[in-house]
Amino acid sequence: MTGKLVLENLKNRPLRSLLSILLIGVPVTLILTLVGLTQGMLTDSQNRQRGVGADVIIRGSTVTSVINFSGPSIPAGMVDLVQRQPHVKLAMGVINHPIDLPLFITGIDVPKFNQMTGGFTYDEGGPLQGPDDILVDRLYAEQHHVHAGQIINLMHHDWHVAGVIQPGKLARLVVEMRTLQDLDGATGKVGQIYVKVDKPGNIDLVTEQLRGLLRGNYPVNTMAEYTAMYNVSQIQAIKEFTVVVVAIGVVIGIAVVWLSMYMVVLQRTREIGILKALGASKSFILSIILIEAALLGVGGTILGIVFSYGAQWLIRTLVPASFQMAIVYAWWPRVAAITLAAALLGAFYPGLSAARQDPIEALAYE
Amino acid sequence: MSNAAIIETRDLRKVYRVGQVDVPALRGVDLSVQAGEFLSIVGPSGSGKSTLFHIIGGLTPPTAGEVIVGGQNLAAMSDAGRTKMRRTTVGFVFQKFNLLPNLTAQDNIAVARYIAGLGSRADAQFEAVLRLLGIAGRLDHKPNALSGGEQQRVAIARAIVNHPAILLADEPTGNLDSENSKAVLEVLRDLNQRLGQTVLMITHNPEAAAYGHNTVHMRDGRIIDRTSATG
Repeated sequence: MTGKLVLENLKNRPLRSLLSILLIGVPVTLILTLVGLTQGMLTDSQNRQRGVGADVIIRGSTVTSVINFSGPSIPAGMVDLVQRQPHVKLAMGVINHPIDLPLFITGIDVPKFNQMTGGFTYDEGGPLQGPDDILVDRLYAEQHHVHAGQIINLMHHDWHVAGVIQPGKLARLVVEMRTLQDLDGATGKVGQIYVKVDKPGNIDLVTEQLRGLLRGNYPVNTMAEYTAMYNVSQIQAIKEFTVVVVAIGVVIGIAVVWLSMYMVVLQRTREIGILKALGASKSFILSIILIEAALLGVGGTILGIVFSYGAQWLIRTLVPASFQMAIVYAWWPRVAAITLAAALLGAFYPGLSAARQDPIEALAYE
Repeated sequence: MSNAAIIETRDLRKVYRVGQVDVPALRGVDLSVQAGEFLSIVGPSGSGKSTLFHIIGGLTPPTAGEVIVGGQNLAAMSDAGRTKMRRTTVGFVFQKFNLLPNLTAQDNIAVARYIAGLGSRADAQFEAVLRLLGIAGRLDHKPNALSGGEQQRVAIARAIVNHPAILLADEPTGNLDSENSKAVLEVLRDLNQRLGQTVLMITHNPEAAAYGHNTVHMRDGRIIDRTSATG
């Protein structure tokens, strides 16, 4: 009977119920979108790093975080030094230049890149031919409506789009390393060095060798170690940002439910009076309000999850190169628990004031 | 009608605080109602009859005096105690029907049983009462699909579904036309005569008051007269 009372209440004010669910759903979407973006972009970067096919990575001396590349701080001569080490099959330097974050242009040594990765697969056009050629991946081409043969301006420099490549190998925008070094005033420098080892069993050995060789001046990691760092828990700023967004979501959720249930209590003052006249206890009245809020919370969670698919579709459609959003199922129960807690917290005070209402005054309420 | 008093008040007083001013609503009411009695309470607005109704119904505590309903002294009861008492000892019928608008007639009746902890299905004897009230065929309708008379009969059904010792009716015909008023009053009289239901009815209407065995007249928070229908 409690369930029927609650459901009939929700059904009989459909607009208020739907509006409350919508307003609860929005912060749920916000949280799931943020978490999905974080996860999606990290996974995308991780996959592109794996796509290089290297075994070990040496990063610049100034690097501070896994999600950032350093400036070109490694002398290019070090690539040859690394190449000469035992069990090293191939060492390849690259240089990165940020454009519209999170996008980078990456300068590569084309023959070595082809040797290490097997080369790009082209959707349109072909390989880099000249110093001002650029390759863009399919996602960038879709987002910016770019085709092979076009001229695009990046870094105040006109580039000829030589080809549109399939995504998944290191970079979205690829140019000759020498051109990017010249533009950046970093001739003779690289940002990181990818190393291919002769056989998998020697990866750890080579890593240790390189650490000894570079004497701690440059971080050296196996690619397995490095790609494992593409994890939310490893990136303090993202963790803190997520906490902030979740907190904002909770505050919005509490405020929405509070307002909604406060309205409910006002609108149903007379009905609460009737229930009290029939002998309904304070806990019974409180439970009706809390159950109703919990149902709104569940509805808001479901709607928020549905909306997160909508957000993913929008991001994929509008900015596929800049942002990647994953649907993080592990966050569904978390966001449900957060929303439920916010809904119950928001409904508690209105519920308590309903439970404490004087039955005579409530019955006289017009 | 039995000789045992089911309601007994002694020097019952109630003072409301309105802003900074104390407003006495009852100024020492002594009343005795026998089990099975149909008592009408009449009086002008502000005479204290609604306050008396609320105190006997356990909706508000008295300021002073004693009020014993079904053997329980309400003056000594906590708010929770009076809430519990309302579940089974008294049933209310209000002028404005006070049905829950989102529930069907059937559910409005069931909710009273549910709150009293008796399950939501009424007993077989109650089916006969529903026939007596003439609403057996209207139970699936919500209040907005029922006439005023039907709503009041549903409210009566809800009030007696838990077999309360006392049925308290506050201006039960105040919102009804004369035809429906008559029907509702006859239902109350039938319940009293056939089932021995004690009925305490507040009314402005002398014709309605005449349905009771006895009539109590109130003025300025006091009972000023008690008359019997049989003279």
